[in-house]
Amino acid sequence: MREPVILTKGLRRTFGTKADAVEAVAGVDLAVEPGSIFGFLGPNGAGKTTTLRILTTLLPPTAGTATVMGHDVAREPAAVRKRIGYVAQSGGSDPRMSGRGELVMQGRLFGLGADEARHRAGELLDALDLADAGDRLVGTYSGGMRRRLDVGVGMVHRPGLLFLDEPTTGLDPQARARLWDEVRRLRETGTTVFLTTHYLDEADALCDRLAIIDHGRIVAEGTPAELKRAIAGDVLTIGVSGAGDLVAGMLAAQPFVRESSFADGFVRLYVDDGESALPAVLRLLDGHGMAPSSLALHRPSLDDVFLRQTGRSLREQAA
Amino acid sequence: MRFLSDTGLVFRRSLGLSLRNPPWLIVGLIQPLVYLLLFAPILTNLTALPGFGGTSAFNTFVPGLLVMTAGFGTMFVGFAFIDEMRNGVVERMRVTPMSRTAAVIGRTLRDIVVFMVQGLILVVLSIPFGLHVELAGILVAMALLALIGLGLGPVSYALALKLGSEDALGPLVQAVALPLLLLSGVLLPMSLAPDWLQTVAKLNPLYHAVEAMRAAFNAQFSDPAILTGVVWMAALTVVSIAVAGRVFNRATA
Repeated sequence: MREPVILTKGLRRTFGTKADAVEAVAGVDLAVEPGSIFGFLGPNGAGKTTTLRILTTLLPPTAGTATVMGHDVAREPAAVRKRIGYVAQSGGSDPRMSGRGELVMQGRLFGLGADEARHRAGELLDALDLADAGDRLVGTYSGGMRRRLDVGVGMVHRPGLLFLDEPTTGLDPQARARLWDEVRRLRETGTTVFLTTHYLDEADALCDRLAIIDHGRIVAEGTPAELKRAIAGDVLTIGVSGAGDLVAGMLAAQPFVRESSFADGFVRLYVDDGESALPAVLRLLDGHGMAPSSLALHRPSLDDVFLRQTGRSLREQAA
Repeated sequence: MRFLSDTGLVFRRSLGLSLRNPPWLIVGLIQPLVYLLLFAPILTNLTALPGFGGTSAFNTFVPGLLVMTAGFGTMFVGFAFIDEMRNGVVERMRVTPMSRTAAVIGRTLRDIVVFMVQGLILVVLSIPFGLHVELAGILVAMALLALIGLGLGPVSYALALKLGSEDALGPLVQAVALPLLLLSGVLLPMSLAPDWLQTVAKLNPLYHAVEAMRAAFNAQFSDPAILTGVVWMAALTVVSIAVAGRVFNRATA
């Protein structure tokens, strides 16, 4: 096992005074392997960005430890900053500067000489498909171009670890797909990527491993496949009106139902084989003189994982 | 070493941005220009008043204008900085090895260059109106402008960083800047004021800066006012940079 690039133990961060203190991060334990894409998935306000800011030395933890690239964020922040790249949600590029200018400036801040910085800037502009726009002002860039530039700026000094905070928020589908490709390309060159997101499809498609965070705590962790398999089987979602509790209780007692939940007028049954469970459920309901208002069968998604762990739907949070 | 090269980088970047944005430079010049043009006709009749003696009324007025330009100018740098904060520029630089104090000093140096250019324009425009000044006087004036910039700029940036919004910074600047400037004698020399007001003014570093500036313009280089002005502004500079250093280097800044 190689040394994790990120290791946290009992990480906590509280805001505010004792009376109305908010614990944004309430005991987070993480271990991120080098060369992987690690995702931090959760609704807005879950503590993703706060955790990210602690890991990038922008915020000190109130308790617990975090070691990034082998250095403690609280005791050796300067050493951490040298070894990481950071792309904030708001970007950080000045709209009045040119793309090339931003890249060169960042390079020089990391100690590259003038020529070296210019050369590196040209290299990155080519790699990110921004060569034509390099000398135009960032204010004229499209959202996707700006985000690609920000990733480039984060990578100027070739860090082994890149932090991305909600990288595709606000991007159109094409720009999103392009950025996903860029992130995968980074992993291929050996860079570890730690990203936060509230998009399920992004976490599912992009991440090698992910941690689901809610109210400052990690509620689930693993590869997307592992997480969905843990729920396993299929999900039968039955819309009920009226005596939902009774229906839920009756169905839950069935032998083919592994688990069930009832929320917002929907009974969710976690079964091994949805296709054979469906007619059985309909027969049962019919036998009790009940007709469901809706019926759906699907393979588990990360939303189901989130729902299972927290009792809320992530999709509804994001809406 | 790191601090010096980082300051140089920030200075060059800030200067480049300012040069590409001429409207901002000109806006800073409009207020003093308006004062100059509107007060000029009145001033020519004022040589009889005490404190307005010397070579010409403009020799009393223009130094005050220079201090006013630098004074108001530094108060407003905070707003441009908040804009940079909003774009994420400041935060991004915090996750680099860059010296945090360099972020302040580099920008302040750029501001000083801007004041000097504005000051020179004002001086040149005033000469046809009757302003008498020697080269040595101009040089001393430029040095004083630099000290004013260093004395007020860093604290202005520190305030902007702490407050983070124009709604918070605006009223504070108004409440502090105006009395500070009026109590320094920029428009009318404090020698015209009653004794109690003059005593209060002597506690104002900008008052001493204005007095020093006037002495420089009148080529009275042996006047102790110049040294007094330099010492006051230098002391303010030390405090200002110390405060800004603390604010910018705090972990959560």
